[in-house]
Amino acid sequence: MADVKKVATRDSYGSALKELGAETENLVVLDADLAGATKTNIFQKAFPDRHFDCGIAEANMINVAAGLATMGLVPFAATFAMFAAGRAYEQVRNTVGYPHLNVKIGATHGGISVGEDGASHQCCEDFALMRTIPGMTVMCPADDVEARQMVRAAYEMEGPVYMRFGRAATPVFHGEDFKFQIGRGEVLREGTDIAIIATGIMVPEAIESGKILAEAGINARVINMATIKPLDEALVLKAAQECGRIVTVEEHSIIGGLGEAVCAVLAEKCPTPVRRIGVNDEYGHSGPAAALLEQFGLCASNIVRQVREMLGR
Amino acid sequence: MTPAEKKSLQLTAVSVREGVLTSTHGAKAGHPGGSLSAADLFTYLYFKELRIDPKNPRWEDRDRFVLSKGHTAPGLYAALALRGYFPVEDLPTLRHIDSYLQGHPNMNSVPGVDMSTGSLGQGISAAAGMAKGAKYLGKDVNVYTLLGDGELAEGQVWEAAMFAAHYKLDNLCIIADINGLQIDGRTCDVMNTEPVDAKFAAFGCDVVSINGHDFDEIESAFARFHANKGSGRPTAILMKTTKGKGVSYMEDNAGWHGKAPNDEEYAKGMEELSEARRALEV
Repeated sequence: MADVKKVATRDSYGSALKELGAETENLVVLDADLAGATKTNIFQKAFPDRHFDCGIAEANMINVAAGLATMGLVPFAATFAMFAAGRAYEQVRNTVGYPHLNVKIGATHGGISVGEDGASHQCCEDFALMRTIPGMTVMCPADDVEARQMVRAAYEMEGPVYMRFGRAATPVFHGEDFKFQIGRGEVLREGTDIAIIATGIMVPEAIESGKILAEAGINARVINMATIKPLDEALVLKAAQECGRIVTVEEHSIIGGLGEAVCAVLAEKCPTPVRRIGVNDEYGHSGPAAALLEQFGLCASNIVRQVREMLGR
Repeated sequence: MTPAEKKSLQLTAVSVREGVLTSTHGAKAGHPGGSLSAADLFTYLYFKELRIDPKNPRWEDRDRFVLSKGHTAPGLYAALALRGYFPVEDLPTLRHIDSYLQGHPNMNSVPGVDMSTGSLGQGISAAAGMAKGAKYLGKDVNVYTLLGDGELAEGQVWEAAMFAAHYKLDNLCIIADINGLQIDGRTCDVMNTEPVDAKFAAFGCDVVSINGHDFDEIESAFARFHANKGSGRPTAILMKTTKGKGVSYMEDNAGWHGKAPNDEEYAKGMEELSEARRALEV
């Protein structure tokens, strides 16, 4: 994919906020001293009066967002996934989730592709934490096109939303004619030998693995599952029924994320062998993003290996 | 404030205290101590200070009140019921299964509650967000929030105070109920939050210290809050109170932080409050 255009979805987040900001008056943005990194500074430059920096105080920021939402505003609160989902978990749970307020959390720097900063900043637990909150919509876009549409969809829906965006530039594979829908997965490649369900920046890796497997005569169905909650159960069940085996791929702990969400549906409605690819109950460490992804098996070659092992061919 | 007006508030405060006993007795649980220490404040807020419409609890331009010390819901609920948001007869259903009167304030189930609270330190931040939102929208809306003195140990309180001063939220009135007690004992022994006045002043608030059981002092504190409009400074009202105020056996006793009166205690407390009413009506 060397000649493919690459964009980090955090950039998509910032530019989508700016675009929406021009169309709306009730959208406001909060940040916690990371506007340059979360890219909300793109919005800030265009609309300085609607960008509220809260300083390094994420707990306060989340509840300020809740207060703003009760006034009829639509606040987008940004910080790193570690601090949005981790540090401020209870604020999100009690003061955003419980009253079901219209707060949108845009968390950037999710997963180990944060890279050199190392384990303290590599949040691989955010899907798990946010999924447990009743009424919370949890999403992770696969590329720039999807990320920008997701921000718009989040604005347009009523209720709390958690979105995870990435730090590293990743391939843009959707055309501008793509139509994102909350709660709907997307079949990117047809196949019936096995289904690979991926989310976020693992989707391009899943697409790549689908191509490699096809060369070996294995027809894998590749699914982009951008909405982790509410999960597109119908698409998961259809994949299980038609393919018989499932591999999930996420830049997240194998505990509590997409893989377990898929397993929960299948265990209750259509028991099917599943292999979860993700971070295996361990912390990350410093290194270049690409090298880390490779090392942790979050890459096309490992997906291919796992699929072949599972199919025994 | 005219003597008649003051007497009326004092009588209403007795009714709020009766509501606290009735609801916690009905619940066989709940937090009477801190509800009673703040009963006079709840009374003043809902019967004099707040621009509200009980017939239209979600009126967009109303003033907001956030009970950051959410466990004292019995006091808030009693004031709301007496003000006409819901029937006073429902108070004994507090904490009952399927009652809308949840153990801690729920903005979606209890008419008149502006923010769901209960986890300490969070309400003040939400109140600051409301005040910021009102400013952004150009609305003349005042936001009030009540904290406990034990709650001041939560770091988030100070994040919020910093935010309020930074954004010049002179439409935010932070009130701290300094009753000196928390679950584990005296606040000065559990985790000393003093000097509270110097702390709020250092964080950029205009600090007013009052007796939280004196309606004249409460009135003058809110007058100061209104005078601060335009100054860019949030106001912090620190009210010295007695936990359990108005019920002799509960006064200044940490044991009554989160315990309901039994039948005998309830009868004794209600009799004391009736006596207080008779004394006022003379």
